[in-house]
Amino acid sequence: MSAPLTLLGIESSCDDTAAAVVRLAGDRGLILSSVVAGQTALHAAYGGVVPEIAARAHAERVDLCIEEALDKAGLGLADLSGIAVTAGPGLIGGVLAGVMCAKGIAAVTGLPLVGVNHLAGHALTPRLTDGLRFPYLILLVSGGHCQFLIVEDAVSFTRLGGTIDDAPGEAFDKTAKLLGLPQPGGPAVESEARTGDPARFHFPRPLLDRDGCDMSFSGLKTALLRARDQAVAERGGLAIQDRADLCAGFQAAVRDVLVAKSRRAIARYLELAPAEPAFAVAGGVAANSAVRAALETLCTREGVRFLAPPLPLCTDNAAMIAWAGIERLERGLTDGLDLSARPRWPLDDRAAPLLGAGKKGAKA
Amino acid sequence: MSHDTPSLFPHPGHASAPVLFALPSAEATARLAEWLAPQLGPGDVLLLEGEIGAGKTHFARSLIQARLSADGRHEDVPSPTFTLVQVYEAGETEIWHSDLYRLTSADEAIELGLLDAFETAICLVEWPDRLEDLAPPKALSLRFLPGSQPDSRVLALSFTDLRWAVLIDALQLERLRDV
Repeated sequence: MSAPLTLLGIESSCDDTAAAVVRLAGDRGLILSSVVAGQTALHAAYGGVVPEIAARAHAERVDLCIEEALDKAGLGLADLSGIAVTAGPGLIGGVLAGVMCAKGIAAVTGLPLVGVNHLAGHALTPRLTDGLRFPYLILLVSGGHCQFLIVEDAVSFTRLGGTIDDAPGEAFDKTAKLLGLPQPGGPAVESEARTGDPARFHFPRPLLDRDGCDMSFSGLKTALLRARDQAVAERGGLAIQDRADLCAGFQAAVRDVLVAKSRRAIARYLELAPAEPAFAVAGGVAANSAVRAALETLCTREGVRFLAPPLPLCTDNAAMIAWAGIERLERGLTDGLDLSARPRWPLDDRAAPLLGAGKKGAKA
Repeated sequence: MSHDTPSLFPHPGHASAPVLFALPSAEATARLAEWLAPQLGPGDVLLLEGEIGAGKTHFARSLIQARLSADGRHEDVPSPTFTLVQVYEAGETEIWHSDLYRLTSADEAIELGLLDAFETAICLVEWPDRLEDLAPPKALSLRFLPGSQPDSRVLALSFTDLRWAVLIDALQLERLRDV
């Protein structure tokens, strides 16, 4: 009997260098180890987060990460079934550092090499954690992106829509910045919002009247600035209650947009008549209790299972890359030593373009 | 300085005297970006300055989408705050849309490959103050200032390279025609 598939995953496409070892266990993955070097604060996309953009730094760290991941898993290279590596999209220097390292290991050990799309890693995480059945719907709100995807298979994704400007996490961070709250903005704004009146200031619900699943959060910044300056002008400073009301109003607007667009995405998804309908939310926004509660209520009403993978698996990590590698290897999909790093790599390049705001952005 | 003799020196916008444009709405900002889009070529660098919410990304997105749609292409132009740089193919050249807010030193701009891109691509740079003395002297600086209305802005254009003087003259003529 052959040993269950066990892959080393390598991720270096943005701020963090990471390595992990994941083993196939039934219909899901067993994370034997997951190491993230230079771990930034969870889902902090703005302010005070130092990006590690130097390819050299990734290159220096990636060996150590791999060593530590193997150590923690108690395995050697000989115990692996393959090497999975993020081949894009992302900052090219970082991606290259990971890909070169993976190629080196594959060349020396003869292990299969599997190039993984970073976004596929995020999108397949609910299968790693919960063995979710295809097709499922996922709202991917990690880092700088926000999009609805139907995951039909490990290699087939349909993009229903996404943000045409800022990601919600970024909007929370910038809101915190504008109101003098600490970073990361998500928890800070949520905590302020608890004592605030969401109805006091008017915030727009952008694109709510428009068909489709596209979203826009950039206009909330302008609305917030306007309301803040008004409040400051009235009192000669920003009162604690004003700030709480602004946070509550902002958070309610984000929640309403996400819920309304999720409702549409779920309707599109249910047309596929999935046997076990499920909606996964992967990203920091799922950690916001107001947003999460609203999405859970929506799912209950629509008869769809709600799922939010744990936050450390929603930020950049290598376990999701190892898992996506397992899924590809199971399907016989491997890459040669000519695997190249791709700065742009849309998950769904069939998505129809929209007027004014199309599809296919690098890392979008 | 004498205004009697017609001369490019000093041109309004040159060095310390920026040219001001009223942008009454977000739509006006988009139209300006669309006008500028086809005029840009490899080696053109626009430094986009202004506070959070000033409209830097809105301007960049409008410009990039105008340029792409001239090629019959439509793509998302997501905020580069998290990814630092987004690169778009634009015919013979590339458009580099970068947001340097998260950088802590100018050296990191070199690591991003930005200095090379300044020579070979059309570059739109948000938070260019992070470049310190690496900002190319040939760049056009666009500073978005608050206007009298919530959605209005005042755009202050300044430059030292006279390539931009010609363009700004054309822009002012275009505006007069609109009136």
